[in-house]
Amino acid sequence: MNATDPAMGAKAEVKQNLEVADNQVTVGSCFTDAPKMTMRNVNVFYDDKQAIHNVSVDIAKNEVIAMIGPSGCGKSTFLRSLNRMNDTVESCRVEGEICMDGENLYAPKLDVVELRARVGMVFQKPNPFPKSIYDNVAYGPKIHGLADTRVDLDEIVENSLRKASLWEEVKERLHQSGTGLSGGQQQRLCIARAIAVSPEVILMDEPCSALDPIATAKIEELIEELSQNFTIAIVTHSMQQAARVSHRTAYFHLGRLIEVNPTEQVFTMPEHELTEAYITGRFG
Amino acid sequence: MNKPVNTPVNNLEKIRKSLSRRNRSERLFRWYGRLAIFIGLAAVTVLFTDIVSKGHGAFRIAYLQLEVGYDQDLIGVDNLTDPEQLILGNWQAVPKQALRQQFPDVAGRSDKRKLYGLVSNGSGFDLKDRLLANPLLLGTRETVWVLADDDIDTYYKSWLDGEPYAARLSDKQVKWIGELHDQGKIRLQFNSNLFTRGDSREPEQAGIRGAVMGSLFTLLLTLMLSFPVGVAAAIYLEEFAPKNGWTDFIEVNINNLAAVPSIIFGLLGLAIFINFFHVPRSVPIVGGLVLTLMTLPTIIITSRAAIKSVPPSIREAALGMGASKYQMVMHHVLPLALPGMLTGAIIGMAQALGESAPLLMIGMVAFIVDIPAGFNDPATVLPVQIFLWADSPERAFIEKTSAAIMVLLSFLIVMNTSAVWVRKRLERRW
Repeated sequence: MNATDPAMGAKAEVKQNLEVADNQVTVGSCFTDAPKMTMRNVNVFYDDKQAIHNVSVDIAKNEVIAMIGPSGCGKSTFLRSLNRMNDTVESCRVEGEICMDGENLYAPKLDVVELRARVGMVFQKPNPFPKSIYDNVAYGPKIHGLADTRVDLDEIVENSLRKASLWEEVKERLHQSGTGLSGGQQQRLCIARAIAVSPEVILMDEPCSALDPIATAKIEELIEELSQNFTIAIVTHSMQQAARVSHRTAYFHLGRLIEVNPTEQVFTMPEHELTEAYITGRFG
Repeated sequence: MNKPVNTPVNNLEKIRKSLSRRNRSERLFRWYGRLAIFIGLAAVTVLFTDIVSKGHGAFRIAYLQLEVGYDQDLIGVDNLTDPEQLILGNWQAVPKQALRQQFPDVAGRSDKRKLYGLVSNGSGFDLKDRLLANPLLLGTRETVWVLADDDIDTYYKSWLDGEPYAARLSDKQVKWIGELHDQGKIRLQFNSNLFTRGDSREPEQAGIRGAVMGSLFTLLLTLMLSFPVGVAAAIYLEEFAPKNGWTDFIEVNINNLAAVPSIIFGLLGLAIFINFFHVPRSVPIVGGLVLTLMTLPTIIITSRAAIKSVPPSIREAALGMGASKYQMVMHHVLPLALPGMLTGAIIGMAQALGESAPLLMIGMVAFIVDIPAGFNDPATVLPVQIFLWADSPERAFIEKTSAAIMVLLSFLIVMNTSAVWVRKRLERRW
């Protein structure tokens, strides 16, 4: 061990600074004037272990907000509490207030079925149902009773596939299995499936981490198009991706929200030293 | 610098030295594996050879050719539509008379009784059925093949095989059979009685139809009860029940239940279904209920395993679309888990089909001649029938027992093969 190595010294220094104070306050512009979703003092626990500490942030209408941070920082946990997917984890407990259009999502009388129709989700690994492409996209409209006739349903399916820029590739084989598509096509199918019920918000949990660069580029392009109609929250491991697709970026660290700022600013002039350390690749 | 331990040259030498030892252990292990499989196959082969060599004879049975006369006075019947006359009629007199005519020089009570012993005690009733099917035969004569007595059948088969077994026959009977053989008036025919008749004290009259139907009704009820209940329990435990001490307790107990000796389930059925709920004894209803208790744990455990093997990502996808938990289960989990559940159910049914101990406790071991026609008729089942025949003193039941085992085994093989087929056919790969 050579203690005088300058690089090692810098790393050690950062390591010391990685500890965050309990009273850490989020820096930057957390709040917006016309929020779609508002989160206030959100704490998430797995049994006794606290995964999210006191996070308050707004998501504006039709914006793309990226959530970045090192592994295990709680960004996925936070995302999954926005459509109450965490309900399926028995040990998980959410405190604080999460509202959409002023309505508390954790209110006892709110039905998660309705919530999840309004807040769609795309998962890390493409997970189409082992059914036909058509049935995958038609599933949401069917269970929610959105289409009155077969013609309506056909139209919803076609529109959703078009919006997910998958129509041209699959229109000849709508009745073949969705699991037979390539990984990138499967993920776009999952996006088509999510937008078929016209949700207001789409949550994406590392949607490109299982895809190759070309498929990733297609999805990113798609996110940009979708942002005209939908509010999108995306968790990503790739800082380049966050920089390319998002309007605002939130940096999470050890369960705390460190900084929220317009994406350009986060990647050029981060306010917080932890954000800077992360985006310059000194850890993570 | 320390003494070099891990230089490339040293390492290579060590690796080479160890190679032969490593290869030898692998070769040895392969031989152990082959030996194990050989022992298993040899055991199965011996078992099957033994059963088939003992049982194949039961599929053929000896018949005597007699010229019988349906004499109205002899039988005591002049109107075939009068049920009372049919019951009182002396039907056995017909083959007896035919035998007397075949061997006219037999005299004396003892010799005549031996002569009458050549044909089955039930052969008169076979002729009655023949007459009822064709009433015009009354008062006429015809040449027919009549079922031989089981001792004659046993002797004739062993004599044909070159090792005559005549311990239960008199010298005269042996001589008569020799004469009949020389005239071509005794022969082996396909034993259709084995498949069309119920149990009988006379081996030549006994068949497995009653036991097969009993097994069928019992298993049908078992399947109808245990599959829906087992699948519902498995789905609830896997998908809906909160994971807490109670569900752990239930899970442990289901596993324990699967290990409970089956005779205990028989006692439970006796105490609860028969003594408390007064379900009749010896009927497929109570048999089905008891076997349901026994099969439930198997079906629950295999169904839970099948549900567990459905990837969680499918559940997330469904829930994320806004499907309720019930929709998630019905639309996605259940269809994907069904092949596994069916496989489990078939294997559970195969177990139930081979089960005899619990059914002994609830009276399905009774001697039942009539073929059951429903769930509420007294019945026995195949394995119990095997037990009953194996317990019978008549020599002819030896081959019948083996034949019944062959039938039971072929049912089991068909069921297990279909389980494999269902799994292969419907299984979805991820």
